[in-house]
Amino acid sequence: MTMTVSSTMPREASPDASRGVGGPGPVRRRAKRFWTMRRRDAAAGYLFIAPQLAGVLLFVLIPVGLAIVYSLNKWNIFTGQLSFVGGSNYAALAADPQLPSVLGATAVFSLGVVVLNIALGLGLAVMLNRRFRGVTFFRTLFFSPVVISVVAWTLVWGFLLQDNGGINAVLAQIGIHGPNWLQDGSTAMGAVIVTQVIRSVGVNMVLFLSALQGVPSELYEAARIDGAGSRTIFTRITLPLISPTLLLTGIITIVGALQAFAQIAVLTEGGPALSTTVLVYYVFQQAFTFNNIGYGSTLALMLLTFVMLLTVLQWQLRRRWVFYEN
Amino acid sequence: MRTETLAEAQTTSPATPSQIATPRPRQGRILRRVVLYVALSVLALPFVVPTIWMVASSFKPLDQIFAAPPSIFTATPTWDAYVEAFGFQPFARQYGNSVYIAVVVTLIALLVSSLAGYAFARIRFPGQNALFLVVLVGLLVPGEVTIVPLFQMFKSVGLINTHWPLILVTALAAPCVLATFIMRQFFIALPVELEEAARLDGLGRLAIWWQICLPLAKPALSAVAILTFLASWNLYLEPTVYLTSPDLFTLPQALTRYTDAYGGEMWNTQLAAATMTVVPVLVVFLIAQRQFVEGLAHSGLKG
Repeated sequence: MTMTVSSTMPREASPDASRGVGGPGPVRRRAKRFWTMRRRDAAAGYLFIAPQLAGVLLFVLIPVGLAIVYSLNKWNIFTGQLSFVGGSNYAALAADPQLPSVLGATAVFSLGVVVLNIALGLGLAVMLNRRFRGVTFFRTLFFSPVVISVVAWTLVWGFLLQDNGGINAVLAQIGIHGPNWLQDGSTAMGAVIVTQVIRSVGVNMVLFLSALQGVPSELYEAARIDGAGSRTIFTRITLPLISPTLLLTGIITIVGALQAFAQIAVLTEGGPALSTTVLVYYVFQQAFTFNNIGYGSTLALMLLTFVMLLTVLQWQLRRRWVFYEN
Repeated sequence: MRTETLAEAQTTSPATPSQIATPRPRQGRILRRVVLYVALSVLALPFVVPTIWMVASSFKPLDQIFAAPPSIFTATPTWDAYVEAFGFQPFARQYGNSVYIAVVVTLIALLVSSLAGYAFARIRFPGQNALFLVVLVGLLVPGEVTIVPLFQMFKSVGLINTHWPLILVTALAAPCVLATFIMRQFFIALPVELEEAARLDGLGRLAIWWQICLPLAKPALSAVAILTFLASWNLYLEPTVYLTSPDLFTLPQALTRYTDAYGGEMWNTQLAAATMTVVPVLVVFLIAQRQFVEGLAHSGLKG
């Protein structure tokens, strides 16, 4: 991503060119008239990006700055006064008896979602990456939950996962007494993960399908001629060649999982006990339920740090893998 | 079967290892097909059954919702839940809120992102790289991180319990930044010759963007429109935080409010409301699925 950006903008050599980027000439022409073609163009550029830039400044950068300020203060909700408390909100992270459980739940949820999502997405893509009657129909089926609103999807699963709900009723037909999925500490997290994966795996399936179609068929033919079996071909050719996509989707999926709020709020409200309280939900509770603006902001910044670390990791690894990409 | 096999043999599309396999006896091939169909059908159940169950249950009388043994369809369908959905809270109004917010957000985002995407792709101006990176930060920061300060900011200008925060933040922050990125990638790939001719004719940048580039950008614009519309349509955390009057609620938020005086869920009413939320989007998806899939795949979107 970053590499493409820099390659579109050659660095200007002329010392006078800091104002007028783009080839030689601006120095001499400036004497004639100020609004040269190049200047008019640059002005248009700034005007064109102004709304987007303003949006990012106002609704992303300034709020992040404010979150940092809040995290260094204690907020009196009755007077609306901020009082500087230095690092005490950060110290509170270490002392928070609930935080280890929250981080544990976050890790289990994110890893569970990513592993299941990638495995299922890749499996579906491999099965659907061939020509047979109805292949488009099946692709559409597996993709369709993606367009269903998260809350509606989660409500329906919550309905089916009730103690006397559809899933247990079906299980009872084959003689299995199902647990109370959402109220049982040992099954709630699994239920949330599965609900999330089924809804979103379609996106990864599509990404894997396009990656699989990008593998040159000569490679398969050559391997065939050399006597390689299907499994060898998959592990030695397909997997390495689509590994950039695997990595990319893996990180996107984790970052998405770190932001999953509606799923938890609707399905379990973080319970039973703290078993499904992930970091996003904990931020929401601290900031809006308990009105701990300072501590909530500190937790939010922790979430931001995780997301940024993962994104930087993705960029680094992509750069290393550039050989495969082109 | 034979013709299908022929069609496969002639196709130039990339083949999977199994297709290149040396010709096998026909029976083995049919067997493998059957296994594939059965496997796919079983796998498809959790993707399809919940939606069908939702629609079917919304027509059941309340006492049949949790009937055992389970049956998907009822012998005595009723519209009661649908009537109740509108009577319990201002559902029609909430539906209208969701639609108008999503439409306004999508229109603003289309305008803002195509302008910015065009400028970043085609116009040279000092600081371009740095500014593009600044914009991309908008993709990096989850909305869940900025919601606490944003709430305070909107509170200080008196915009809590209005639709402004939903519209402004969605139309200009994360979904729009993604849109700007998609538009930029699209315009970079567009041949520059068309524009050069127009510039020689003396057309300004605004005219070029509007008359030449936008008509060519329909695929990217439709991807952006779908992504932004869905992003707005699905918002849940934001309305929960910003809105307190039921008259202002959006659909996802309204869906979770169908609870009786004891806090118990009014399942059939909730499922009727969910059906009304989901089915129109599903129908549009089935009609325009190519655009949907391409749009969402474009973005490598969150889940």
